[in-house]
Order: sequence, then C-alpha cells, then structure tokens
Amino acid sequence: MNQIKSSQITPEHLYLSRRRFLIGAGALVAGTVLFGACGPGVPEPPDLQPPSPGTDELGDKITPYKDITNYNNFYEFSLNKEDVASLAKNFITSPWSVTVGGLVRNPQTFDIDDLRRRFPAEERIYRLRCVEGWSMVIPWDGFPLAKLLEVVEPTSEAKYVRFESLYDPKQMPMREIPFEWPYVEGLRLDEARDNLTLLATGIYGKPLLPQSGAPLRLVVPWKYGYKSIKSIVKIDLVAEMPLPFWVNQSSSEYGFYANVNPAVSHPRWSQASERRIGETKRRTTLLFNGYDKEVAPFYQGMDLEKLF
Amino acid sequence: MPRLLTLWLPLVTHVGALMPLGLIIWGLTQDQLTADPIREIQLRTGKAALVLLVLTLACTPVSKVSPLRWVLRLRRLLGLYAFAYASLHLLNFIGIDYGFDLGLLQKDLPKKYYIFLGFAAFLSLLPLAITSTKVWRQRLGKNWQRLHWLVYPAALLAVTHFLLLVKAGRREPYLYAAIVLLFLLARLPWLGKIVRRPRRWFKK
Repeated sequence: MNQIKSSQITPEHLYLSRRRFLIGAGALVAGTVLFGACGPGVPEPPDLQPPSPGTDELGDKITPYKDITNYNNFYEFSLNKEDVASLAKNFITSPWSVTVGGLVRNPQTFDIDDLRRRFPAEERIYRLRCVEGWSMVIPWDGFPLAKLLEVVEPTSEAKYVRFESLYDPKQMPMREIPFEWPYVEGLRLDEARDNLTLLATGIYGKPLLPQSGAPLRLVVPWKYGYKSIKSIVKIDLVAEMPLPFWVNQSSSEYGFYANVNPAVSHPRWSQASERRIGETKRRTTLLFNGYDKEVAPFYQGMDLEKLF
Repeated sequence: MPRLLTLWLPLVTHVGALMPLGLIIWGLTQDQLTADPIREIQLRTGKAALVLLVLTLACTPVSKVSPLRWVLRLRRLLGLYAFAYASLHLLNFIGIDYGFDLGLLQKDLPKKYYIFLGFAAFLSLLPLAITSTKVWRQRLGKNWQRLHWLVYPAALLAVTHFLLLVKAGRREPYLYAAIVLLFLLARLPWLGKIVRRPRRWFKK
C-alpha cells in the first residue's frame, strides 16, 4: 500500500470548511436552479424614489435606481454591463484610503471616512453619457474635487491631475483580456478645479455600491463616462499629460479630452444621437452633454475634432 | 430512419432555431433584457443569425467527411432561419433603434463600416432566401448552384461586421472567422478530394 505523506492529509479545520463550502455551493446551485428562472441573480435593489425634483435642470427624468445599479461598465469585473453588479457585490470598500500627492505642498493619505466627514456631501443631478451611445440621469452625492485640491495645494508646476483605480486581481476576476491595469484617467488642472467636477460617494442618497465605483469615484458630466474613473486609490498632480486607460488601448478611438461631442464620430457607436436608458426613441446628443455654458470657455481656440 | 429524417429532424431544427426568438419574447415580458432591451435584442438576433449561418455552412462538409449524410436535408431550413434572424436584426436596427429616422441614421454613418458590411451580408442572403424554393431551383438549373455560392461572402461579411463591433475581447469573432474560412477551404475542389476520403474509412 502506498504511504500517505502527512503533508497530503488535509487538516481537519480546512476539511470541514471545505465541506461547509461545498454544502453552501450545493445550496446555491439548487437555489439558482429553483429560483433562477424567476428573477435576476442579484437581489433586486429596493425601488427607491428619485430625490425631488425628480429631474435635471433640463427637465429630464432621473433614471431608476435599479437601472443605474444594474447596468455598469466596470471592466475589472466583467465586459458585460449586466454582470458587474453580481460579480462586484463582495468588493471590500472599507477600510479604504486615498493617497493624494505629486506636485503638491501638502501630500496626504486620506481615510475614506475622514474624507466624507471633512467634505460634506452635496447632491448633484447630472446626465451621464457613455461613449457607447447610451445615457442616464443620476443624482450623485459628493463634493467638488476643487475642495480637495485646495487642501493639498498644487504647486505652480502642476498642470494635470492623474487618477488611479484600485486593481486587486484577487477581488477583480477580469483576467480574460490582457489589459494594462490599473485603470488610469486624467484631467487638465483647470477642468479638475471646475465646480462641476465631483468626487462622488453616493447615489440616490445612499452610499455608492461597488458596481458604481465605491467608495470614491470621479464624475465629469460633460465628458464621456469612461473619464469618470471608479474606486480611486491615488490622485497625483503632474506636469505631463497622463495616459488614460482607454487612450492607451486605442488612441484612434479614444482621446484624452473625451468631451461629449456629436460632431466627432466613433467607428462603433453613435455620437450624434444617444438612447436614454428607459426610453425607446433616440435623442440628439448635446455638445459637452448640455454643459456648454459652463465649460465651453476651457476649450476656446482648440480644434475639438482633432483634440477629441 | 425515414421517420427520423422526415419528422424528427426538421422538428428538432425548428424548435432549436426558434429558441432564441422565444427567449427574447419571454425576456421582454419579464423585463429581463437588461436596462437597454433594444441593444440586447440587437445582440441576440445578430448572434442567432451568425450561429445559424455557420451551421448552414457546416452541412456540406459534415455530410462529406462523416456518415451523417442526412444533415444536408437541414441546410435549407437552417439557411432560411439565418436569414429570418438577419431580417429581425436589420429591422430592429432601422425600425426600433432608429425609429425609421433615416436622417438620424445618415448622421451616424461616417466611420461606421460595420453598418455597410452588415447590410451587404443581408443583401447577399436575400436572393438566396428568395430562390430557396424547388421551383426556383429547377428554373435556375446550373445557375442555382452558382448563385448560392453567395452564402460564403455573406458569412465572411457577417463575421467581419461582428469583428468591427467588438470593443474588447476579439476571441469570439476570430473563432467564427476561422470556422467560416475552414468550411470555405473544404469546398475548394483539390482540397475537397482530400477531405472526402475519410468517409470511406467510416464505411469499413
């Protein structure tokens, strides 16, 4: 008879936890088989009432909470927008810290709870326009990035802000495609200081869910959604233009500025028109997503069809 | 065998081919087609059309290299279902997504080669669907075979259309492209002779 090495014997606690895992997995499979046909795999979020007045400043209705939290582009988790919510549900967002540094006088690492206490959240109802030709109206809770920048004091050499997402392969299962993680984004310093530019911590008055970029994400409403980087761990003030994630993937399709612009077409998706989630008829896309009064001065004299 | 051929095989094919449509309709009634159902319908009808087209192409080589010669009887049915899903795909795009607003669609055409390729694939399939009846087959004689070679360009156009639409992860469209090219190569006369041999081995 073969000798069994002691190293091959599973210790009892592991053995038991494995068994418990299998029982749990079995129950899960049975549950999925029994109830899977009745509804989606993710527990339905409560049907929250949209905050008043229920519309943005153009009179466009706020998108239902269920749609905002079940249709997400978050490639660290999945390429399928409808799968992100379930794959990200155990994502750990506490404890969480954000390091702010680079060309600043007061580099600091902030705990997310301290950030929330220090910069009370205000509500902003913004349109979100995805480069893929769909859009939503989202009531964000957060604080202007400008307030955080005031605290760390950028030096005179700082020209851009570079943002970095968390990339944790253990928690983020997306290994199918060899992307260059982590996700990186950037803004020009004047864009970053604009009052519209928000660091969001919540939606519909509730803390952000992982699929929406918990616990801290950027929101830049006049730019395509991919600019609004999720689950931020690092913010650096830099002198050179950062290389955003999607520009690095394909610079002919995605640009640094990423301003919503119906005149610059894309090989796959409509930029002239868009579908608001929940509506059937397409809408004409607005230049700068309808925020032209606020942000057009930033780009005076620039050829926006070349610098897209 | 005759009952299997005349009754069960077509029945199974009908049920299988109608399944994607059934799932779309069920999904619509249950509000289960994601937050953007029009896009989901576009993706599903496109996928169904492509899979059925690949299955149509598979019939000839499979009947040549294996003892399953009866699959040839399913070719016409599969091809017609592929065309039906391609029609739904086009109708959903122009009619529901764009609401027949051709001005709006025209604004979106620049740079979008996938639209032209997809439409070309549909136009290649159209005469094949029309001439799929026995009457047309007899009327066209030898030209019928020549005309129906169009199924290969149609499949290549459809695969390229798919490839251009993928944002990330091109593995799937490349796989379809490889299969279509393989089937096309198998039909070249000199290669066909080599490929046809294995059937004799089965007979032994």
